[in-house]
Amino acid sequence: MQNSFQIENPNPSFLETSRRDFWWIEPFFTAIGLLAFVIYSTWAAFQNEHYQWESYLSPFYAPLLEYDWWPFSPAFLILWAPAGFRLTCYYYRKAYYRSLFLTPSACAVGGRPQNYRGERFLLLFQNLHRYFLYIALVFCVILSYDAYISFTFKDGLGIGVGTVIMTLNAVFLTAFTFGCNSLRHLVGGNVDCYSCVNFGHQRYQAWKFVNIFNMNHMMWAWISLFWVGFTDLYIRLVSMGIITDYRIL
Amino acid sequence: MSETLFKIFRGERAKGELCGYSVEVTEGMVVLDAINQIQARHANDLAVRWNCKAGKCGSCSAEVNGKPRLMCMTRMDELPLDKPVIIEPMRRFPHIKDLVTDVSLNYEINQQIRPLKPKPREADGTYRMQQKDIERIQEFHKCIECFLCQNVCHVTRDQQVQEFAGPRFFIRIASLAMHPLDTLNRLKELKDVFGIGYCNITKCCTEVCPEDIAITDNAIIPLKERVAGAFYDPLALLWRSLTSVSK
Ligand code: SF4
Ligand code: SF4
Ligand code: FES
Ligand code: FES
Repeated sequence: MQNSFQIENPNPSFLETSRRDFWWIEPFFTAIGLLAFVIYSTWAAFQNEHYQWESYLSPFYAPLLEYDWWPFSPAFLILWAPAGFRLTCYYYRKAYYRSLFLTPSACAVGGRPQNYRGERFLLLFQNLHRYFLYIALVFCVILSYDAYISFTFKDGLGIGVGTVIMTLNAVFLTAFTFGCNSLRHLVGGNVDCYSCVNFGHQRYQAWKFVNIFNMNHMMWAWISLFWVGFTDLYIRLVSMGIITDYRIL
Repeated sequence: MSETLFKIFRGERAKGELCGYSVEVTEGMVVLDAINQIQARHANDLAVRWNCKAGKCGSCSAEVNGKPRLMCMTRMDELPLDKPVIIEPMRRFPHIKDLVTDVSLNYEINQQIRPLKPKPREADGTYRMQQKDIERIQEFHKCIECFLCQNVCHVTRDQQVQEFAGPRFFIRIASLAMHPLDTLNRLKELKDVFGIGYCNITKCCTEVCPEDIAITDNAIIPLKERVAGAFYDPLALLWRSLTSVSK
């Protein structure tokens, strides 16, 4: 683009700002939240044990793929998919560009000086988010099935605390996935004139439906992230015998 | 009624400094009222641009305590008055004097956007559009061109990228690209000329927009998805090359 202007205040120094509020709180806690999850989930994936109890299965290991030729934890066969989905999610991108990359850490606060290329070159892979979405939709079905199975116990149907936790996990993950910006584009966002195309009205309605979840995408991102870790922890502790699963019904 | 200290940037960028003025704060006052009071009582040569005092003309943009805001829409009772209130001009644009900057570069960017090229009129000489077809772009027409979003965007403010149109113009392009009557494909220039790939969707434009336009969610991300579909989706590319071969 040909611009005949100069940028007035070249490169404000790193973290320089006239802001007086506690602008660093948000990136600070975002960074802690993200790092805590990465550390816990990596640790849990390496454990390769205590991921099952009765009909409960940890979401870090679902679907359970156990093969003789795979010497490592089965979690690694599947975790790349949800990890890639969240890594390329538009909300998480914002979260880690701000809190970990510091480009910028907050608005009107000097960004990290660097050879800034935005989402070009190395970060072009972010454009593949839609493929992770396709896989994530399958995971919504798998985790819902696991939640359904968690209603079965040795003595027949029932509901334990773990059942509730696993069901909520499937619900939260689905709410997060349904707000995905790539899904929003796919179902109707890419249409310019709903009244001119086939199934235009249905696509308009689908787009409206996705908007409901999309508006709170950040909230669902955090709820589902916390809950998936909590679900693993709960099943782990029950399976280790540290806590007992309480049977509600 | 209470007295509050204002520190206002005076002079020209390299040679300027923050000057202190005492302001009598009354109920219901906004920052622009305080500036007008300073002009009337202490500094009648203080340069400031404003017109409507109703958040609709987009002239009174400045940085209030470091945050890009409209001065006429920033109420004094939202600010901590025990410390001086700092008012600076927008940092991103060439400085003229005191609180006034030269925002004309935005008009230069705007001229590079191709205007609406509508499809032919219907047989009765009219255009017909349904509400659901134009609903999305109505939000973008709320823009008052205050350029606070252009000012805060780190791509130019910090990183000095020149090949970048900026959020206000992604909104304009979105309002054309999503227009039910428009016939142009704007995706290639969006990627190559207007540099949408430089935006890292960190949403500062959305945070400062006084019209509450969801710039990032409703304009930039949908445009990024369209660009991804046109240039970076391997299966879509394969499909398009196969179907164009068979034609
Ligand atoms: S979301 Fe994009 S356009 Fe908006 S301020 Fe951030 S980098 Fe700039
Ligand atoms: S999009 Fe919002 S912040 Fe940007 S120029 Fe328009 S009204 Fe101002
Ligand atoms: S944008 Fe967040 S999951 Fe797709
Ligand atoms: S004076 Fe018109 S927007 Fe503030």
